[in-house]
Amino acid sequence: MSDHSAAKAPGPVYRLGDAHPGDRGVILEVRTSATGSSEAVDPAELELRLLEFGFVEGARVEVLHEGPLGGNPIAVKVDGMRVALRRGEAMNVILTPEAA
Amino acid sequence: MTAPGIATVALVGNPNCGKTVLFNALTGGRQKVANYAGVTVERKEGLASLPSGRRLRILDLPGTYSLRARSPDEAITRDAVLGRLAGEPAPDVILCVADATNLGLVLRLALELKSTGLPMVFVLNMIDIAERQGIVIDVEALSRELGAPVTATVATRKRGLEALLELAAAQADRRAAAPPSGWREPTASEVRAAHRQARDLMRTAVRPPSRPDTLTGRLDSLLLHPVGGVAVLLGLLFLMFQAVFTWAAPAQDLIEAGFAALGVGAEAILPDGWMTGLVVDGLIAGVGSVLVFLPQILILFLFILLLEDSGYMARAAFLMDRIMGGAGLHGRAFIPLLSSFACAVPGIMSTRVIDSRRDRLTTILTAPLMTCSARIPVYTLIIGALIPNRTVGGVLSLQGLVMFSLYAAGILSALGVAFLIRKVFWRGGSEPFMMQLPDYKRPEPGNVLRNLGQKAWAFISRAGRIILPLMVLVWALSSWPAPPEGAEGPAIAYSAAGRLGHWLQPIFAPIGFSWEMVVALIPGMAAREVAVAALGAIYAVGGEEGALAGILARQWSLASGLAFLAWYVFAPQCIATLAVVRRETGGWLWPTVMFGYMLGLAYAAAFLVFQASRALGLS
Repeated sequence: MSDHSAAKAPGPVYRLGDAHPGDRGVILEVRTSATGSSEAVDPAELELRLLEFGFVEGARVEVLHEGPLGGNPIAVKVDGMRVALRRGEAMNVILTPEAA
Repeated sequence: MTAPGIATVALVGNPNCGKTVLFNALTGGRQKVANYAGVTVERKEGLASLPSGRRLRILDLPGTYSLRARSPDEAITRDAVLGRLAGEPAPDVILCVADATNLGLVLRLALELKSTGLPMVFVLNMIDIAERQGIVIDVEALSRELGAPVTATVATRKRGLEALLELAAAQADRRAAAPPSGWREPTASEVRAAHRQARDLMRTAVRPPSRPDTLTGRLDSLLLHPVGGVAVLLGLLFLMFQAVFTWAAPAQDLIEAGFAALGVGAEAILPDGWMTGLVVDGLIAGVGSVLVFLPQILILFLFILLLEDSGYMARAAFLMDRIMGGAGLHGRAFIPLLSSFACAVPGIMSTRVIDSRRDRLTTILTAPLMTCSARIPVYTLIIGALIPNRTVGGVLSLQGLVMFSLYAAGILSALGVAFLIRKVFWRGGSEPFMMQLPDYKRPEPGNVLRNLGQKAWAFISRAGRIILPLMVLVWALSSWPAPPEGAEGPAIAYSAAGRLGHWLQPIFAPIGFSWEMVVALIPGMAAREVAVAALGAIYAVGGEEGALAGILARQWSLASGLAFLAWYVFAPQCIATLAVVRRETGGWLWPTVMFGYMLGLAYAAAFLVFQASRALGLS
C-alpha cells in the first residue's frame, strides 16, 4: 500500500526515526546520545525505557503505520509486539536492513 | 491485617496480559477493592480456595514492564513486591502472569522478579489463543530455564486455575523465613543481558506461531490509517455522544416519573408542614434530580470500558498524540480526558498511567474543563428555557448548536490552558511517548459488567453521601428564617439563603447574575448538577408556579442566561473533583490552583458574554 521507500531507499544503516511504513530491519544499536532525542528525560533513562519496550540490539523491527499529522508517531512491530513511539525517540534506534 | 496461615500471592505482569481477568476468575466475587494509603492506586485483594479447603490471599498489582517504576502505578507494584509498603509484608509467592502469545518482554520481567529471591510461578495465560496461533511452548524446558514452575491457564474460561493454585500453595510452603531481596535497579547493560537471556529462553522453549494472528494487523490497517483511522475515531466519538443523549432518554424519563410519583405519594402520607417540604422538595426532588443522570453516565462508561477492553484505546491515543502534543498534552492524556466527559473524578484517577509528573498534572488541571455529565442538566435547563427552538439554515437546531458550542468551548479552553501550562510555565522537552498496542480482543462481558456496576455504585453512593445532605441544607437555608407577619414579597427573600444571595449579588452584578442565581451557585460548587435542583427549590419556595424552565424564561434575561452558561463551561468544579485532585497530588496546592484558575476563567467568561450580549441588544 505505502511505497515511500522508493522515494528514499534506506541506506545500509538508518535510524528508525527516519523509517517509513513497510521498512524492516534489525536493531544494530540503541544509542540515546543521538540528536533528536527527547529533552524531558535524560539519555540514560530514555535508553532504559527503549530497552524495556524491547528495542534491543538484534531485535527485528517492522514499521507498520504512521500517525495522521506529519507521520508522527509511528507504530512498529518489535519481535512480534506492536509498539507506538514518536519519531524523536525512534531516532535513537539504529537499524540495518534485514538480510533477505 | 493478614490472617496467620493464609499465604499472600501477588499477580505481576505486563499490561494487557489478562491479569485482572485471572484475578477475577481466581477470587470470584470475594474481593476487596480499596486504595493504597496516600495514593489512589486501586488495591485489589481477594481470597481463592483450593479443593483441599486451603485458602490463599490474592493480590492484583498494576501492570508493569519492569520493577524500575516510572509511574505511580508501577511504583506500587515495585514496593508491594519488595515489601516496602507500610503495613504490608512482601508477598509469599509471585505469580508472573504472561500473555502466552507475546512472551518476549514478560520473560525479561520474570528474570527480574526471580532476582528478588521470592518464590515464583510463571503463568502462561491465554494459552488457548497461543494454541490457535500454533505457538508451541515447551513447558518443561521453560520451567527448567526459569527455575520456577510453569503452568497454563485460560482465565476467561476458568481453565487451569486449580493447578495454578496448587503450584502457588506449594511454592508458598517453600518460602524461606526472610526473603533475600537481591533486587536493585538494573543498568542498561544488565537489561541488555537479561534480554539476551530471555531471547535464548524463547529459542529453547517456544516455537513461533505457525498461524500468526492477522486480525490485529488487518484491523490496524484501517483503524490506524491516517484518514480512515481518524474518520473511525470521530465516528465512534459521535456515536458515543449520540448514545449518551438519545439512548439514555427513555430511562431518564422513567427515573424522573418514578421520583415524581414518589413525591406525590409522600405528600399524601405526610402531614402538612415543614416535614413534607423537607421530604418532598428537599430529599426526593434533590436525589431524583441527580440520579436522573445515571443512565447517561452508565452509557458513557460502557463505551469507554468497551473501547479499553477491546484494545482500541491505545489506537485512539496513537491517533491523537500529535494533536494533543500541539497543546502540550501527552497522547496518553486522551483517555483521562475522554473519561472526563462522563465525570472528572475517574478521569483524574486514570491519569496514573502517565509517567511524567508534569504531563500528569497538566492533564489533571485540564480534565475538569471537559464537559462532564453533571453540566448537562444545567445546560439543558437553561437552553430549553431561553434559547428559541428554531432551526438555523433549515437543518441545524439552534438549541443543539448552543449545546455543541458549549462542549467545543470546554475542549478548546482545555487545549488553551494545557498550552499555557506546558509552553509558558513549564517549558521543556516533551516526555517520550511509548505505548504497547495490544492485540484486539473481544471484550469480556463479565469484566465490563463488573466494572460498570462499580461505577454505578460509586455514583449512587455519591448522590447519597454528598448531594443528599446538601439538598437538605439548601432547602433549610431557603426556608428559614420565615418571613415576619405581614411581610411583602416572596418568603425566600427573608431566608438565610435569600439574605446571602442579596449580600453577594453586587459581586456578580457585572456578570448579570440575579440573587437567585447567586444562591444556586453556592451548592452548585459542591456538585454542579445541584444548581438545577437548587434553582428549583429557590423558585418553588419563592412561590413561583409551574415548570422551572417556564419560570426561568419569565425571570431571566437572555444575556444573564448566556452568562450563566458561560460560567458553567468553567464552573469552579465540584468538591469531589477537588478532593480527588488533593489525593492524587498529595496536597492542597494543586486543588487550590485549579479552583482559582477555573473561578477566574468562569467570571471572565461570564463577564464577556454578558457585556457582549447586552451590547448586541440581547435581552
